[in-house]
Amino acid sequence: MTTREISPRAAAPLPAHLVDATADESSLRRFLRGLPGVDPVGIEQRAAGLATRSIKRESKLAAIDLAISMVDLTTLEGADTPGKVRNLARKAMLPDPDYPETPHTAAICVYPDMVPTAVAELKGSGVKVASVATAFPAGRSSLDVKLADTKIAVDGGTDEIDMVIDRGAFLAGRYGTVFEQIVAIKQSCGDARLKVILETGELATYDNVRRASWLGLLAGADFIKTSTGKISPAATLPVVHVMLQAVKDWKAETGTQRAVKPAGGIRTAKDAIRYLVAVHEVAGPEWLDPYYFRFGASSVLNDLIMQRRAQLDGHYSGADYVTVD
Amino acid sequence: MKWEYSAAPESSAIADIKDRYMPFIDGAFKEGSGEDRDTINPGTGNRLSTVSTVDAADIDRAVKAARRAYENVWSEMPGAERGKYLFRIARLIAERSRELAVVETLDNGKPIKETRDFDVPATAQYFFYHAGWADKLQHLGLGPAPRPLGVAGQVIPWNFPLLMAAWKIAPALAAGNTVVIKPAETTPLSILVLAEIIADADLPPGVVNIVAGAGDVGSALVNHPGIDKVAFTGSTAVGRRIQRELAGTGRKITLELGGKGANIVFEDAAQDQAVEGIINGIFFNQGQVCCAGSRLLVQESIAEEFIERLKQRIETLRVGDPMDKNTDVGAINSEAQLGRITALMKAGIAEGADLWSSSCPLPKNGFYLSPSIFTNATPSMRIAREEIFGPVLTTMTFRTPDEAVTKANNSPYGLSAGVWTEKGSRAMGMASALRAGVIWDNTFNRFDPAASFGGYKESGFGREGGPAGLAAYLDTDDEAVMP
Repeated sequence: MTTREISPRAAAPLPAHLVDATADESSLRRFLRGLPGVDPVGIEQRAAGLATRSIKRESKLAAIDLAISMVDLTTLEGADTPGKVRNLARKAMLPDPDYPETPHTAAICVYPDMVPTAVAELKGSGVKVASVATAFPAGRSSLDVKLADTKIAVDGGTDEIDMVIDRGAFLAGRYGTVFEQIVAIKQSCGDARLKVILETGELATYDNVRRASWLGLLAGADFIKTSTGKISPAATLPVVHVMLQAVKDWKAETGTQRAVKPAGGIRTAKDAIRYLVAVHEVAGPEWLDPYYFRFGASSVLNDLIMQRRAQLDGHYSGADYVTVD
Repeated sequence: MKWEYSAAPESSAIADIKDRYMPFIDGAFKEGSGEDRDTINPGTGNRLSTVSTVDAADIDRAVKAARRAYENVWSEMPGAERGKYLFRIARLIAERSRELAVVETLDNGKPIKETRDFDVPATAQYFFYHAGWADKLQHLGLGPAPRPLGVAGQVIPWNFPLLMAAWKIAPALAAGNTVVIKPAETTPLSILVLAEIIADADLPPGVVNIVAGAGDVGSALVNHPGIDKVAFTGSTAVGRRIQRELAGTGRKITLELGGKGANIVFEDAAQDQAVEGIINGIFFNQGQVCCAGSRLLVQESIAEEFIERLKQRIETLRVGDPMDKNTDVGAINSEAQLGRITALMKAGIAEGADLWSSSCPLPKNGFYLSPSIFTNATPSMRIAREEIFGPVLTTMTFRTPDEAVTKANNSPYGLSAGVWTEKGSRAMGMASALRAGVIWDNTFNRFDPAASFGGYKESGFGREGGPAGLAAYLDTDDEAVMP
């Protein structure tokens, strides 16, 4: 591994054994392979157990509001237009016009060329702009192209960059390559927060998810994120358990708190609340904050709004009472 | 953000608890001649209901009814017909599962989450499994036509009242025996609801008889001369007495007694899941489980970090109202049991072990105890040797696999053990070296009707579940067994 300068924030005082872990390719490999394994039966049993929590009344309304405020409302289509992005931005700022006190979403998430449109629309609203980058979703390009892609989004004024890791390199065991690329992108982000998409559906095992999580954290990821949404399976509860445990362990070792973002496959308010229970009980209450946890999703927002209305009105209203976007 | 879960109580009205329950003898619910006993809801400490208990004459009546049913109906019936009754009982249990879960939680104190997701579904599963065997006994490997034993006298404990009833009744009936069964004095209700189900299933009168009462009733039952087979689950002390009393009678006995299960964590274990497994091993059913993993043996190289992670996780356990769907740890079954647990904890402190307890708030009324861990325990302490039967984990360390085996086997008991390692060869090696009837590899407290369950040494003998469990209710001394 070449000695590339690590940005000051990523290199913030780490304990010595974590500094040593990234000294060279073989140290990194030894460190990642030395992490305790994840037993699939056990993690799935725990995730299924926590999913039976019964969240009622006040705690449900609080969870719905929190979940809405954590949504990265996303459109990542070839057919995206300025009009579509403007609609989405409006929806993010005012999710339910009938109940204007409904919290706004955390961000909207778009392709790099749509960033200026989103920035203009969201100005002063508190809703962040997030942009995917680095040859999203496959990540199959050179580092130069990935850096250029990132630059388009950063120059457009994005607040957050959602990069993808090179899964091919990861699965081939070239952890150093993945690490260097994350570090390089992080450097080019400026003040933008960096979300590192692991694409857990392609990593396939929980052991790999744990290794990729630590790899991302070591390289300076502000967020570790499950998926692009283009691969199935996208986010699952047990995978997010592993990632929440990783940021919790990271905090215990370094004193700094990093964020987690499941993306894809979260469609209902019930799904979202199950994730919040996992955040609460696996990572801890200090992660129940849009700064530290996000949902990458689009359809979940309307179900959250409908459930919120049901809580307030005492009955369900139809889908036509909630704006499409 | 502070996020409190609002109370999510299951409705106690679903249980439709009656003010009075009666013994079920010869197909009818009739007043027993013993004293009335109140049964208490451990979650509140209040009276739940009253149960009419039996005396020696009632037991005699029950045994005679079981004998008549055995000779005239049940042993003569084709296996496929017996199977139909068992399938019907299993289906009715599944249909009334929500009611049974609430009854069990109210009477026993265990969380509704457990009765709903474990006790009741597993009860139905044991009936379904054994129903399938009823017409296939010739394929058990016990000869071409294994014969039932006759009338079984069965005594079950209070920790899994309904499930233990299924473990006892289902194999006995599948094999063609009839039963007289006595629930524990503190938990008679769920089995008496099961009696309603049995009556609704039109099981011939006398095939299952249920007699409530205390230890004297159990003693009279197992010593009744009309009994051909005794099955007991409970304390080692009572098991010893039963074996002594029945010596020379030629009666078949199975005893499922106490335990002090070792849960062994190696440095290469999947640590987060090992933490979960240790928690499940000792706090499932408030630790009132004969196969609980009550001794944690952790490799010294990871002990400090592992116990710290364990404590952090225990802090997140929600202790309290058993009827709340979000409760992880409920109430101790009785005031007497709570007293026995705390007495042993005092002994642990006096002997120099360090006690740590979760800081969770406990309800004011009812019988509750914070989940607790003893660290710096040594094998000579009472808390490391005696069964605490409560939410109290005793932790010790080891250095090598051999030392782990030696320490784990150094117990008069031998019911269960757990091994946590990512190394398959080590898990297999440990499994063959540990003297315990059930060994879990990277999991704990998992049960399946197809898997036999039982102990070594003072944990008892005989197996329940699977083909071996059926053999305990069949005449295997027959020459036909020989090939």
